[in-house]
Amino acid sequence: MASASITLTHLVKKFGPQTVLKDINLTVQPGEIVGLIGPSGSGKSTVIKTALGMELADGGQATVFGQQMPQRQLLARIGYMAQTDALYEALSGKENLVFFAKMKGLTKTTITAAITHVATVVDLTADLNKRVSGYSGGMKRRLSLAIALLGKPELLILDEPTVGIDPALRRQVWRELDKVRDAGSSILITTHVMDEAELTDRVALLLGGEVIAFATPAQLKQQYQVATIEDVFLKAEGVTL
Amino acid sequence: MRTFAIMTRVLKELVRDKRTLTLMFLAPIFILILLNFVFSVSQSTNVTVGTVTVTQSLNRELGQTKHVTVKTYANKTAAKKALKNDHIDAIIQQKKQNYSLTYANTDASKTTATKLAFKNALSANSLAQMKGRLTLATTALAKLRQQLPNAPATQQQTNLAAPKLTNHYVYGDANTGFFDKILPILMGFFVFFFVFLISGMALLGERTSGTLDRLLATPVKRYEIVFGYMLSYGILAIFQTILIVMVTILLLGVEVVGSIVNVVLINLLLALVALAFGILLSTFANSEFQMMQFIPILVIPQIFFSGIIPLDSMANWVKAISYVIPIKYSGDAATQIITRGVPLSSLGLDIGVLLIFLVGLTCLNILGLRRYRKV
Ligand SMILES: Nc1ncnc2c1ncn2[C@@H]1O[C@H](COP(=O)(O)OP(=O)(O)O)[C@@H](O)[C@H]1O
Ligand SMILES: [Mg+2]
Repeated sequence: MASASITLTHLVKKFGPQTVLKDINLTVQPGEIVGLIGPSGSGKSTVIKTALGMELADGGQATVFGQQMPQRQLLARIGYMAQTDALYEALSGKENLVFFAKMKGLTKTTITAAITHVATVVDLTADLNKRVSGYSGGMKRRLSLAIALLGKPELLILDEPTVGIDPALRRQVWRELDKVRDAGSSILITTHVMDEAELTDRVALLLGGEVIAFATPAQLKQQYQVATIEDVFLKAEGVTL
Repeated sequence: MRTFAIMTRVLKELVRDKRTLTLMFLAPIFILILLNFVFSVSQSTNVTVGTVTVTQSLNRELGQTKHVTVKTYANKTAAKKALKNDHIDAIIQQKKQNYSLTYANTDASKTTATKLAFKNALSANSLAQMKGRLTLATTALAKLRQQLPNAPATQQQTNLAAPKLTNHYVYGDANTGFFDKILPILMGFFVFFFVFLISGMALLGERTSGTLDRLLATPVKRYEIVFGYMLSYGILAIFQTILIVMVTILLLGVEVVGSIVNVVLINLLLALVALAFGILLSTFANSEFQMMQFIPILVIPQIFFSGIIPLDSMANWVKAISYVIPIKYSGDAATQIITRGVPLSSLGLDIGVLLIFLVGLTCLNILGLRRYRKV
């Protein structure tokens, strides 16, 4: 059997005295979109950074493609989009894309085509030659996403990718994510927008440093006997509906 | 080729950052020009020279020099009294062929001006004398040849040997021309300071903006990042170093006995050390302000150990510290090239130590990035 794209087992992460992740168990299989959902500050970004090896786990294990992270070579197969728009503001959108394409090891012949493709997906083609310092928040977010999509990675890890993107474009982005998934890649996506969770294949609810539920959106709604994922969440948090 | 891509990117960012560029290139010039005003041997320093038993022609020659006033004294005692009372800045006493010069030397620039004026007057004077003697000699020779073709030629006792000069200093010594001595070291300090300032900010900005995380989330190798930065800032450092060295030498009128190219090369090596040092320290800073805090702690004190103040008279522990100060080595090498024309091949130790600094710091930088990605 092909190994899972991401496997987190009993993952523990502390920042000083604060235990942010108590016991995280999560898998992302090839060809599925997993949504990691939780309120702000619940540790979604920390899960991602620990999985990628950017933060050292205090316990448990994180593997990507069956291998312990961090692994430099594996990074070539991963598209990562951080929560902050880490972009070179003095450069144009295109220059940012070219730079990261080179860093990801895309060959010269494929770079132009790859950039044209991702720019279309995030609808930035017209603004590619503008400096990023002149971009709006939403445009930066889209450029950031475009960078993550470069090179058709087998695994996409997106930390709140749709913040600040207007609804029409958000639809378009999700359509693209579906396409990526259908092509066999896997996606781990965090969001605190609950209705986006409906669009994923499986949802992990992160609360109190633990994944309190991990199933398809339909199963979750049935399990909690509510109509929306948002209600699932509220019920899990103990808010009376 | 990622190294090259990082280099191009950093250069692009730099070129678009006009403020930083201005700081890199105009600030050193500005400071050097200021220094020039403050320190340099000003041409308009007025000196009053007291002369004792100096020939009239030399007195006249001296008196004709710009900014020099000559006062004649009958004997040394009177002149010394005047020197002590600050009426004159120097005494020139002639003893037959030779001259004894005494400088108050409270102002090194006046001493230098006096020396220069006297040298010029002396050579002008002896030139005139020589001319006179030459015509005398030729006419005498012609006469001799005509009158006594068989007589042994009597050698005319024209003593053309250079007169001996003895210098005395009331205060300090000949080395009190402080500025000339410290300039090669000071030049190195400026190179170090300005390169450090900019390079330290470089990787820091990348870290605070989060782009370093993003960069490290690609399969880029750590050394590719470090080399990319070293190359791009190295290119800028080349221009900056050439500029600082040329401005120092041309504007401040440093006489370079050796090769200027060698002076540039030594300072370029120092610039690369500063670059690696700045990048290393930036990994310990969380903000631009914290980076600034390193300057008074780790950069400015270097100047005390750099040899500007002679180290041989200092305590052993001070000397021990000086061995890890890069500016000391570049300053030493530059001083030797500038004042004695020593070739690079004889400066192996200084160059070797600077290279060790460079390689060591670069390795530390590559290792240091492990803090942000473990592989
Ligand atoms: N580098 C860090 N140092 C200390 N605390 C941190 C660090 N990163 C995150 N935290 C803490 O961990 C908790 C979870 O943060 P985060 O993973 O960013 O949450 P989320 O992404 O779900 O909003 C927060 O309380 C945050 O303050
Ligand atoms: Mg987050």
